[in-house]
Amino acid sequence: MLLIPCPFCGKRDEHEFTYAREAHIARPTNGEQMSDAEWAQYLFMRKNPKGVHYERWMHAKGCRRYFNVARDTVTHEIYAVYEMGQPAPAIERENGR
Amino acid sequence: MVETYQRRSALAHLGLVARAAGSSRERAGIIMSEVPHRTIVNIRGMASDPAFSSAVQTATGLPLPEAANAVSSAGVWQILWLGPNEWWITGPDGEADSLIEALRANFAGQHAAACDVSESRAIIRLKGPKARDVLMRGVSLDLHPRAFRVGQCAQTGLSRANALLHLVDDAPTFEIYVLKSFSDYLWRWLETVARDFGLAVEA
Repeated sequence: MLLIPCPFCGKRDEHEFTYAREAHIARPTNGEQMSDAEWAQYLFMRKNPKGVHYERWMHAKGCRRYFNVARDTVTHEIYAVYEMGQPAPAIERENGR
Repeated sequence: MVETYQRRSALAHLGLVARAAGSSRERAGIIMSEVPHRTIVNIRGMASDPAFSSAVQTATGLPLPEAANAVSSAGVWQILWLGPNEWWITGPDGEADSLIEALRANFAGQHAAACDVSESRAIIRLKGPKARDVLMRGVSLDLHPRAFRVGQCAQTGLSRANALLHLVDDAPTFEIYVLKSFSDYLWRWLETVARDFGLAVEA
């Protein structure tokens, strides 16, 4: 079970949150000119890294706000929590994993 | 047939008045009751905008709590923090319309909203020295008096129902706001747990 620090409410149990997938995926502005392959890239292809993953969570049982989390998919360590619209922070990981 | 409509509180069907009459408060670790028909007005706006917070203060006489999980209260009125731009104003029955009118007049020209959500929630009051022990079986929040203080509120999951907990005094008294459709379930769950600590029902 993760202990997730909601940027608004403070540290809460994982069961209060819902996972909202990878963060920082911008919708294309030139949709009319895009090919099917490019649309598929935008819609379906995700990073799925082993290591730091930038993702969105929503505090469903609390303040009901979305926010971003930088989480390690190997250790589940949460490196950073930041509000929507802010850029992804660079994360230096120990052991170079 | 609007004339025949009878307004009932969410837990009226449980017959709490009759049960309270037959319930002894001696040695009760927990006293449970329903708070019926409280006005709840949801407001949205930017806390960072001084015009918004002063509009709320003018209409309610209460300062807008900007800190997370904070409550400001005076007498029968409270403002409960729900999120960075969302609050509940709660008070006596029948006050919603006049309060909303005052708020909307003050909100003129702002990106802010007020709406009546009184009928959406039931309120269960849990009072007594064992109130924390009961809640601790259903929430993952730290309820230690050092972490969750009098005059604080928190929205969380209470035995799978979404609920707002407000610690009113250090009896301790908790007021639990829950969606009406979950109130029967949550009352029965709380009652089942509270029996372990000596339960009395109050009307």
